Amino acid sequence: MNADVTSEDQVWTALRGLTAARIGLKRAGAALATAPLLDFRLAHARARDAVHEPLDAARLAAELGELGGPVVSIASAAPDRQSYLMRPDLGRRLAADALLPQAGAYDTVFVVADGLSARAVELHARPVLAHAMTSLRGEGWKLAPLVIVRHGRVAIGDAIAAALGAESVAVLIGERPGLSAPDSMGAYLTFKPRAHSTDADRNCISNIRPEGIGYDSAGFKIAHLLRAMRARRLSGVSLKDESDRLLIGRP
Amino acid sequence: MYSATVGTRRYTFADLKTLLAKASPLRSGDQLAGIAAETGEERVAAHYALADLPLATFLNDSVVAYESDEVTRLIVDSHDRTAFAAVAHLTVGGFRDWLLADETNTAVLSALAPGVTPEMAAAVSKICRLQDLMAIAAKCSVVTAFRNTLGLPGRLSVRLQPNHPTDDARGIAASIFDGLLLGAGDAVIGINPATDSPQSAQVLLTMLEELRDKLDIPTQSCVLAHVTTTLDLIGKGAPVDLVFQSIAGTQAANNSFGIDLALLREAREAALSLRRGTVGDNMMYFETGQGSALSANAHHGVDQQTLEARAYAVARAFKPLLVNSVVGFIGPEYLADGKQITRAGLEDHFCGKLIGVPMGVDVCYTNHAEADQDDMDALLALLVAAGVNFVMGVPGGDDIMLGYQSTSFHDALAMRDLFGRRPAPEFETWLGRQGLIDEAHRVRPRRLPSQFRALLPGKLS
Repeated sequence: MNADVTSEDQVWTALRGLTAARIGLKRAGAALATAPLLDFRLAHARARDAVHEPLDAARLAAELGELGGPVVSIASAAPDRQSYLMRPDLGRRLAADALLPQAGAYDTVFVVADGLSARAVELHARPVLAHAMTSLRGEGWKLAPLVIVRHGRVAIGDAIAAALGAESVAVLIGERPGLSAPDSMGAYLTFKPRAHSTDADRNCISNIRPEGIGYDSAGFKIAHLLRAMRARRLSGVSLKDESDRLLIGRP
Repeated sequence: MYSATVGTRRYTFADLKTLLAKASPLRSGDQLAGIAAETGEERVAAHYALADLPLATFLNDSVVAYESDEVTRLIVDSHDRTAFAAVAHLTVGGFRDWLLADETNTAVLSALAPGVTPEMAAAVSKICRLQDLMAIAAKCSVVTAFRNTLGLPGRLSVRLQPNHPTDDARGIAASIFDGLLLGAGDAVIGINPATDSPQSAQVLLTMLEELRDKLDIPTQSCVLAHVTTTLDLIGKGAPVDLVFQSIAGTQAANNSFGIDLALLREAREAALSLRRGTVGDNMMYFETGQGSALSANAHHGVDQQTLEARAYAVARAFKPLLVNSVVGFIGPEYLADGKQITRAGLEDHFCGKLIGVPMGVDVCYTNHAEADQDDMDALLALLVAAGVNFVMGVPGGDDIMLGYQSTSFHDALAMRDLFGRRPAPEFETWLGRQGLIDEAHRVRPRRLPSQFRALLPGKLS
């Protein structure tokens, strides 16, 4: 009997090594035992705290400046975190006093927005951008100045692309913090964004973080999709992400 | 124009959609859209006006124009006047009383369903308390089937949701094992893919097929990719059981999802031609949620709960196996807190059941909403009491891909124990064969069944 129990424990330890999901949890009757119950409660408290953590825009601007190129930092029309959470329309609009550089004929503009997790973009935007920007610059792409947005939502990238005269936009944004991933970043790519672009017009890569879609894969996918968008003159549901086929065989 | 006099004050409502919006219980999404009642008194005045409104009004007046919206055309053109005849003489208030009456039993409600438009269902829900929403829904029955039978009386089914942030097949399989051992998966084993990559969806479908086949599980699988991706995969011969799609209550909102009714029709026909169902041919799986139309700027000034009910009319047209409202997923700008999520979850279940849709609910919340596990425990128990067809089962309640909290395998077990609900019959028999049901008919895994053990990677077994 004892040997059996041990081998069952070993099985679960091994299975847990395959996923961060909360599997094989100890039970009390049908319910969770006290230890996993409290683990969950702690993770929820931490995720709640992450939602309300402010973006350190100055520090992020300094770091992104090292990628070689101008960086501007602006705000959305949402004046504070609570307005940001309850008024998505404000998070999609530029603040009245937002100062953007002159428009130019750019191929693409990269936008970094705090979204629902400032920590996500503080940690992951730079390495992903380093990969994608280097790759595109090497092919002669004309990249607009990088734009950092406080209290920004995905669609604010449309307004920024219009103001800068960029043909496409890639918005890197903090996703809603999960219990196991308070720092996951998403990338939303749109070709020829307009005032009424919808989710169906965008391509999305989510779960960008070392434990999810890694920096190099994410950078590769972003550059790949931007190239495909330019070649096919469209983005969104009609442009499938075929980059997995290209990634097979890569280290 | 509609009006009601409360005390000495006369309230007027310019049109049907305004009346419905002002009568809607308070929620942040309607406030965001600028269509909510300004005061508590105005809301109740709207309830009085709505209660006096003849149900037949909804057959002559649309909240979104017939000419410009194919969802309205679907609702109007498919309305069953013969079924409606039973309640044609009633007002909305009279309809509530009729629904609650002892004589209005399951058979009566099943016969009525094709005669109820989503706007009628939404209207009556707005003057109902939670207790009414539960009592009426509990009398409704919507039974569907594919490889097992869902929605039978006394049953509670669970979608096993084994998501993984990189779609790693082994990680997903580990979560599936955990869920099956805890009695989940009779509604569907359904993976939300992390990307919409067709290659990755095909890999996952093949893995699900192998697992289901080797363990001989009487259930269905689904990779919740966009319908166009699933259509392509059907064309390539991938083992597709259910066709999934998110849907909404207006044509413009559906367009923002990259779909229309013709595409859904095409997808259903493609899946139907595979003939993979063994005990039934309901093979569509739809997800919805209040606020999606507003979020896509496609709401036409209609309140989010009425539009949500219209999404069920879209679902109804395709004879789905499963429909669920992902009620708390959208975030606090549409449903601010536990109280609003609770009310919305019960409204959605009620409206879906009343018009004849096999409703489940993803009882859930995000970390930026004012809600916690206590709120979810309450909503889950209320829904099970109301006879919900299925709920979600996520390992530990923590979806590590979508980043929100849903109900866990344990939560579903606790509800089955508390309310004496059992899994779908075919699946229950299978669980028994695996030795996963104890003497008291509870699902209680004691050890890994030998069939499972045989599937573990070599070093684990």
